[in-house]
Amino acid sequence: MTITKQQIVQWLEDSADVFQNEQDFLTELDREIGDADHGLNMNRGFQKVKEKLPSVADKDIGTILKTTGMTLLSSIGGASGPLYGTFFIRAATSVMSKEELNLVELTKMLQDGMDGIVQRGKAEVGDKTMIDTWNGIMTSLKQDQNISVYDALNTAVANAEVAMKSTIPMQARKGRASYLGERSIGHQDPGATSSYLLLTALSNASAQ
Amino acid sequence: MKKMINQIDQVVKEQLQGIAKAHSDLDVHLDPMYIVRKEREKTKVALISGGGSGHEPMHGGYVGKGMLDGACPGEMFTSPTPDQMYECAQKVDTGEGILFLIKNYTGDVLNFETAVELLHGEGVKVQATLIDDDVAVKDSLYTAGRRGVATTVLAEKILGAAAEEGYNLDKISALAKHIANRGRSFGVALSACTVPAAGKPSFDLADNEIEFGIGIHGEPGIERRAFTDGDTITTDMMSEILDNTPYERIVRRWDNNLGEWQDESWITEPLNSGDKVIVLVNNLGATPQSELYMVYRKVAEILENHEIQIERNLIGSYCTSLDMQGISISVLKVDDEMLSLYDMPVNTPAMRWGC
Repeated sequence: MTITKQQIVQWLEDSADVFQNEQDFLTELDREIGDADHGLNMNRGFQKVKEKLPSVADKDIGTILKTTGMTLLSSIGGASGPLYGTFFIRAATSVMSKEELNLVELTKMLQDGMDGIVQRGKAEVGDKTMIDTWNGIMTSLKQDQNISVYDALNTAVANAEVAMKSTIPMQARKGRASYLGERSIGHQDPGATSSYLLLTALSNASAQ
Repeated sequence: MKKMINQIDQVVKEQLQGIAKAHSDLDVHLDPMYIVRKEREKTKVALISGGGSGHEPMHGGYVGKGMLDGACPGEMFTSPTPDQMYECAQKVDTGEGILFLIKNYTGDVLNFETAVELLHGEGVKVQATLIDDDVAVKDSLYTAGRRGVATTVLAEKILGAAAEEGYNLDKISALAKHIANRGRSFGVALSACTVPAAGKPSFDLADNEIEFGIGIHGEPGIERRAFTDGDTITTDMMSEILDNTPYERIVRRWDNNLGEWQDESWITEPLNSGDKVIVLVNNLGATPQSELYMVYRKVAEILENHEIQIERNLIGSYCTSLDMQGISISVLKVDDEMLSLYDMPVNTPAMRWGC
């Protein structure tokens, strides 16, 4: 019913594999409306996280997430570094000294992380950014807080996919894609996509 | 892709190793990556810039006496990370404070802002100024705002001299804002650049097309146009630069006393007949020097017709975009103070006079 520390570690390790496998896909999305480096940067960042994880795997969930955030901050670069770095650092605040999380605690953790992204990046829903995916995720998680973490994440993945794809017809208003104006319409946002991939990894880890 | 590189993930490091071998007066740090002057005897405000690699000689080529104290290079076209700016700043801080000069890109802004907060936490006086001079971007409401391009080079020169002259952090920040509101640039690409990791051109341009208003990472500008000829393109670029429609935007400035960001409204200054300017005709990477002079000839003629006086000029590769074929033109309105700072001695790998 809950998600354990081991599953959180599993999530982060799996994310490293996901970003390695999807590196070219993300970079190709970014080539269309950005600067063709998102896959490369996400992979570099999460490989570093994977290297760091063994040294903190026996610590509490908050410490694991904070270490992840600090590592991403100094290794991703671009706009994604501070955004994902801030996400994990903020997500860590309410789960310090926790060894497992129920759905309410997990939801709060992810909401704190999303708030951190909003505060740093100043993006709003509809700007064609990762916030669109996170908004879909959080809305989904809050629908029913009495189900298991696994069920909630499973539903959230489906909603996140819809949210990610909703960025396709949007015109970008933040980040490098915004310079394309109307030409950004018709392309899926790379950041919205990497956030979706991160959630699928979390959902998969919660099943194990 | 044919490039004089080895392993793609070593491109930036190997460049830095070359800089270290070539310039014994620079201290080149590889982990995290930053370049600082070896000689740091003077107590003064330290000027630091940085950004993605691929724009060489910007910024590493401008570290030295009279210009930058430090530069933080990111990966190719990727902003540097906060730990780089944090360590670089701690290395060059003399207690008079740090001024970060940031080109306006979302990634650069977010990473530098994070570094500002980290340094403030360590008790370092720090200030950050945005350069957003690319007039190809018209709209600040629905985009991330005007991009920072070649005016940055002129800002680094003038602010570097001001720091040597003993300007305090507040005074040098005010001057930086002044430059940001007085510099205008516009770029055109005839062909795209190839980022090593991507292995293919960033965009496709047909033989008879140009990207009018290109950014220094290959971001599009106003539109894709038919190629005409040098004078026509230069004339079109200059009408964009001379357009006096004011550009107003909200920028975030760090308040050292409150320890928080404050929104501030900035507006560009007009450029009128009788004004004095510095002109930079910049190679975006793969344009022959002969074409830059061809462009300068037309720029000078147009400014003369507008009765705008070119006081100084720079013609060459100063703010590049890897192997992009294309040019940018920058016009910075100057007063006597800016001009005398610009003329002061400078001794860096890529800019050197008066010493």
